[in-house]
Amino acid sequence: MGINCENVWRESSSYIEGEIEPGLRAAIDEHLQSCKRCAAVLDGLRNVVDLYGDERMAEVPLGYGQRLHQTLEERITRSRRGFLGWGLAFAASILIAGSYEVASSSSQHSPTRISKHAQPAAYPIPPGLKVLVSYGGKLFHLPQCTFIQDRKTAIAMTAQQAIQRGYTPCTRCLKKYLQAG
Amino acid sequence: MSAVLQENSAAQLQEAALVQRVQRGQHECFYELIRPYEKRLYATAFAILRHEADAEDAAQEAVIKAFKHIRQFRAEAKFSTWLFQIAINEARMRRRRQQAHTMEPIVEQRNDDGDYVPRDFADWREIPSETLERSEVREALMTALASLGEKYREVFVLRDMQHLSIEETAKILDISTASVKTRLLRARLMLRDLLSPGFGGGWSSRLSFAKGNKPWE
Repeated sequence: MGINCENVWRESSSYIEGEIEPGLRAAIDEHLQSCKRCAAVLDGLRNVVDLYGDERMAEVPLGYGQRLHQTLEERITRSRRGFLGWGLAFAASILIAGSYEVASSSSQHSPTRISKHAQPAAYPIPPGLKVLVSYGGKLFHLPQCTFIQDRKTAIAMTAQQAIQRGYTPCTRCLKKYLQAG
Repeated sequence: MSAVLQENSAAQLQEAALVQRVQRGQHECFYELIRPYEKRLYATAFAILRHEADAEDAAQEAVIKAFKHIRQFRAEAKFSTWLFQIAINEARMRRRRQQAHTMEPIVEQRNDDGDYVPRDFADWREIPSETLERSEVREALMTALASLGEKYREVFVLRDMQHLSIEETAKILDISTASVKTRLLRARLMLRDLLSPGFGGGWSSRLSFAKGNKPWE
């Protein structure tokens, strides 16, 4: 099946997300062998998705969480005050603050991750799952993932080994194991 | 796979139970309900507004509104969809206010969901994700994003930065899944052009990442 550049661009999103039917994928792969322009477009798209999808792009200002909770607390206290009175509301806010501390500290028991910014898995990944890790990389991927940097030097291991070594799951191919969207 | 689905639906059931408790008056459960979304709401608002204080204000207002109107939330929808909808509306309102103040022209509101032709075909020099440690790199990426039309930016933020599904993005923005796909493709292609080395636009000139010069090495 012959395919032209316009077709490749139109399908480029689905192609890099791996959500494309095999026949079309093969045709695009064949086109890419001989078309440097389209290869450059697809490389760039992958990089764009990778960069903007990185957790470091989502940093919050210092004290944001605190300010948010304070405003929320004021609002909640106001709505409770009507029937519970000040004392109870105050006790409740202390309890909430306490449980929040416990909850945030208890989530820190996973192995030390190479990337401080990457998202750890929120759902258990099958320990025996075969994954690939790029040489010098921070993430582990499914073998068919299109976001593996330099596939030739990537190292194969099980998901359990990857997690133990501090690698974090790729937000694209392993996104179903990350925090639900 | 099915284990993941179970886990996923377990998390959703837990969330639905929390919503019910808040709706019945256990207001302190609202903290737990909102916690997974706090940072994401800010990041979404920031990508639309590109102004820290405005974004924080929008995220805060969205959380307060969600609390205030929690009784109006219907269980058939996903809580995250409802919450992001509120946040997007808050951000849009502030965006309009920003534009009114600065008399900033509203760029690219043409209805051109047709094919986008890439403008730059130079060999893509990859921008390694390690450079994201540098604030000027993040800043340059946000500047490129800010130059997109609103409808492209919103889809891109929800899908590629918040990693929401195509279906959820469509619901939040009240557009079809086909529109999500078209706008997403266009947004990605436009950003690629903007960040491309050969285009000489924002990226290479501002950060002196001229070809052959790789400051991250």
